[in-house]
Amino acid sequence: MNYLEFEKPLAEIEGKAEELRAMARANPEMDIEQEATALDRKAATMLQELYKSLTPWRKCQVARHPDRPHCKDYIEALFTEYTPLAGDRNFAEDNAVMGGLARLDDQPVVVIGHEKGFDTKTRLERNFGMARPEGYRKAVRLMDMADRFGLPVITLVDTPGAYPGKGAEERGQAEAIARATEKCLQIGVPLLSVIIGEGGSGGAVAFATANRVAMLEHSVYSVISPEGCASILWKDAEKMREAAEALRLTAQDLLKLGVIDRIIAEPMGGAQRGRDQTIEAVGRNLRVMLKETTGKDRAALITERRRKFLDMGSRGLAA
Amino acid sequence: MNWINNYVRPKINSLFSRREMPENLWTKCDACGTMLFHRELSDNLNVCTSCGHHMGIRPRDRFLTLFDGGIFTEVPVPTPLTDPLGFRDQKKYPDRMRAAQKGTGEKEAMLVAEGEIGRTPVVCAAQDFSFMGGSMGMYVGNAIIAAAQRAVERRRPLILFSAAGGARMQEGILSLMQMPRSTVAIQMLKEAGLPYIVVLTHPTTGGVTASYAMLGDVQIAEPGALICFAGPRVIEQTIREKLPEGFQRAEYLLEHGMLDRVTPRTKLREELLTIVRMLMGLPPAVIADLPPPASFSQGPAEPEAEDTENAAPPRRPAPPDAEPPEAGAKG
Ligand SMILES: [Zn+2]
Repeated sequence: MNYLEFEKPLAEIEGKAEELRAMARANPEMDIEQEATALDRKAATMLQELYKSLTPWRKCQVARHPDRPHCKDYIEALFTEYTPLAGDRNFAEDNAVMGGLARLDDQPVVVIGHEKGFDTKTRLERNFGMARPEGYRKAVRLMDMADRFGLPVITLVDTPGAYPGKGAEERGQAEAIARATEKCLQIGVPLLSVIIGEGGSGGAVAFATANRVAMLEHSVYSVISPEGCASILWKDAEKMREAAEALRLTAQDLLKLGVIDRIIAEPMGGAQRGRDQTIEAVGRNLRVMLKETTGKDRAALITERRRKFLDMGSRGLAA
Repeated sequence: MNWINNYVRPKINSLFSRREMPENLWTKCDACGTMLFHRELSDNLNVCTSCGHHMGIRPRDRFLTLFDGGIFTEVPVPTPLTDPLGFRDQKKYPDRMRAAQKGTGEKEAMLVAEGEIGRTPVVCAAQDFSFMGGSMGMYVGNAIIAAAQRAVERRRPLILFSAAGGARMQEGILSLMQMPRSTVAIQMLKEAGLPYIVVLTHPTTGGVTASYAMLGDVQIAEPGALICFAGPRVIEQTIREKLPEGFQRAEYLLEHGMLDRVTPRTKLREELLTIVRMLMGLPPAVIADLPPPASFSQGPAEPEAEDTENAAPPRRPAPPDAEPPEAGAKG
């Protein structure tokens, strides 16, 4: 279990309980159960207290938690017959973006998502979930295919943002993102999106310009990272707490703004403490969103999607 | 769709409204250090007469020299919610807005206008870098939608001059949502079969580059313009190396296949006219100083009226002092 900075007091209690139990295993005559249970209870209460009202900055930390289920976990658990399809046909395959054919129940779909990796090796392979132009171009190719064959598209968004690299810029990162957003708005099939962790700026929009957008309870979706915003507007990257607050990047605020359509509840203590439960909840919500959009004709899907984005901004949050 | 339900009577901007320049002031060119007389600089569209360096130009000043006789009609833009997030950094967003409005004399970071260039009716939108870095928020999104709708209603091409540090952070996610919103606007234009020409000016970065500024039928940039998604500083911090000279500049993007042309500001008007008329299937333009269109008071002329008027005289050949081909990156 990886603990976040704000979970340190919790780590101590849970650590103590674990220590006691380890001691008891070594000395079977020791009776520690009462004490350990008390610690468990204390930990549970603390967990509830901590997660009852996470600040936006803490939500950012939870959204980036390394133990949170990632795109690959969802694809493996929720879909069958997943058949990855690689490459943008121009330059390269981008491992930061997973994509291919799969079935959700019996329904064939195209699934696309950012994958961050789960250890040092895979994180490097996946470039920490930061797509390069090829990732967006692969997504465009797959969305086109889905459109031709009438398959719904499901996107799982989890990216710090586009990769700020030399090659990525040389190969037209901006254009690639613009084309992916454009493609999202053109396809005549249901496009459903779930922000499962971080929805980082243009890299997220390129996949999430969808008929339905859902967010996990503690995920975030923002125009810029709180650190980036702090260093520009506060001239101090350490002001990320203030920036996270001001940016209104939580699922709860985005629902009020009408930017997303639904929030998917996470288990107590965040997705990282109940991975299977979280994945199941995402699956349930995807099925509902699929049902809501299945059977609509091409024109209706396209018009509804465009209207949804054109209408955004009519609701504010200011008191 | 009724985005423009608050239609206002067109205002005619005449040449005489051009801001008076103080006669005794000089500007130092950032690139070559030459001291330039203000009037000389503004007459050359804020391009250094010594080295060709392109300095910023305000949308209104650009339009005054772009449209025939400096005459254009502003296209009204629906006003969005003020400060939708209640955003506050070191200053309150409404205070920053007021300061920008006071400093620029403009309402927001984009100006939309219609008029004629070489007797060719067009809709133009120009982003104002001096207004909060030209940043893209709800208003800029509304402006692009209004521009596209006007172009579709009147069957005119849309020419957009981009200039922005990126998204307006003070509008948070709603600024990000201008990427899909503006893309919808461009799609309406394209589906109506109308040309969309983008002129990328210094600097065009972030979410602006990654949406409407990269979706043109023709992509033109002004020389030396910085055009990127991630800025050079962010990249240098990420890859921990120095970037090559000219990285992410217009000429670099041209070389890497991301632009159609790099064209000096002083040649833009003629070039836009040439391209737009070909895409609209109109006969070649007459390149000459034309008087303001007589039909203006009854509203801008229709393209059909245009055809007969311009059918006869052939296009004047380029003057001998025209830019050498490489400067315009022709052929
Ligand atoms: Zn100079």
